[in-house]
Amino acid sequence: MGRSHKVSPDDLAAGLLKGDRRAAARMITLVEDQDERANEMMKLVFPHTGRSMIIGITGAGGSGKSTLIDHLIGRFRGMDKKVGVVAVDPSSPFSGGALLGDRVRFQSHSLDEGVYIRSMGARGYLGGLARATTDVVRIMEAMGNEVIIIETLGAGQDEIDVIHVAQTCLLVLTPGMGDDIQAMKAGIMEIADIIVLNKFDLDGATQCLRSLETVIHTGMSEDKGWTPRVVPTIACAAKSSDVQGVDELVQNIMDHQAYLHRSKKIEEVRFKRIEQELGLVFKDEVEKVVFAGLKGTGKKRQYIESIRAGKNDPYSVVEEVLATFLKEEILE
Amino acid sequence: MAKKKIKVIISKVGLDGHDRGAKVVASLLREAGMEVVYLGMYQTPQSIVKAAVEEDADVIGVSYLSGEHLVFTPLIVEEMKKHGLDDVLLVAGGSFPPEDIPAMKDMGIDEVFRGGSLTGDIVKYIEMQAGGQED
Repeated sequence: MGRSHKVSPDDLAAGLLKGDRRAAARMITLVEDQDERANEMMKLVFPHTGRSMIIGITGAGGSGKSTLIDHLIGRFRGMDKKVGVVAVDPSSPFSGGALLGDRVRFQSHSLDEGVYIRSMGARGYLGGLARATTDVVRIMEAMGNEVIIIETLGAGQDEIDVIHVAQTCLLVLTPGMGDDIQAMKAGIMEIADIIVLNKFDLDGATQCLRSLETVIHTGMSEDKGWTPRVVPTIACAAKSSDVQGVDELVQNIMDHQAYLHRSKKIEEVRFKRIEQELGLVFKDEVEKVVFAGLKGTGKKRQYIESIRAGKNDPYSVVEEVLATFLKEEILE
Repeated sequence: MAKKKIKVIISKVGLDGHDRGAKVVASLLREAGMEVVYLGMYQTPQSIVKAAVEEDADVIGVSYLSGEHLVFTPLIVEEMKKHGLDDVLLVAGGSFPPEDIPAMKDMGIDEVFRGGSLTGDIVKYIEMQAGGQED
């Protein structure tokens, strides 16, 4: 599959469905680069998706997300499941470059053909994921991975996009990250199905565990059906026998999955995922159509000048442009 | 359409624990706008190539500082061939005798940057060789 010639979406999809890793890798690059073949390709991929278990892991940088994932991969491989991992790291706002360092922690599986790992730069997309992450998860599903783990970039308070893609969301915290008021704030705390209190060997861990549990139980509405659990872990230890809490974490993930299927909530989760994807594709395509229409007409510049001169405003411009373009597109 | 990003794997191989140079090069390529997948130490030819396949890398950069360059280079090249990575650039950096360079190139290394290389030259070489490719 040389870079000198263009591979067709059909050939790529055929390769992917046979589990060809290079086809999968190339497809992911094409969706990341918003290549012109990406849409045709995703149309072929889509029917082969929707059945995998999707786990999201978020939390601050350095909290231990990647190290925990390394353990999770091991447990799921022990269940003989094929595992896909999408690990997002931040891109530089200045150069656009990125240092993708998550593979350093995934070393235990660096030779396992049953594990497919892909690192992604967020490329300026907000929300803790990259723009193409939803497509990458679909590609990994079609490739035959039964479990897919999404690692967000180091997230703080509001990078919660992972909730739209993942079925079970893990939030990784560590002791010493603030008091119970931090934990009561809206945003990231709310999206967790399971809270992992990692580095449980640090000072103040027990107190932190207690205050997290208190916050969860005081903030719970009765009808939610699933109460988030706090699982203490020690993911990184000098001796592997000192690693703690991973079995409990896996058990909690399986419990949450069982709950989703038992309560039929899984259908709601899948609906929301598609709703989110549809919104994204819509936005992109409309933008593409409109900008393609404006290109070379000099109109974009005129609009900007007129807004700057105080004769117009962005809202009226967008209204006018959309009215013209959408009419033309639909009539065609 | 977004501009195609250059993706580079940076790795140590074998038991060589000198990772400062690899980290410096990884950072400088990042600053040049590339996406750098840093693998860290104790990699094998197999783990490097598996990562390059999965990441759809344009370039593999290997750092040698313990005299293992003539041992690992042919193994990496062979593993790359096995996985059809003929179109991926293989670049080595670090510390090795200049008289070994022709042998390394014969084995299949595309370019070498020994200690003292100018950072701009490394970036320019990778951009020239791997940048702007359509697919």
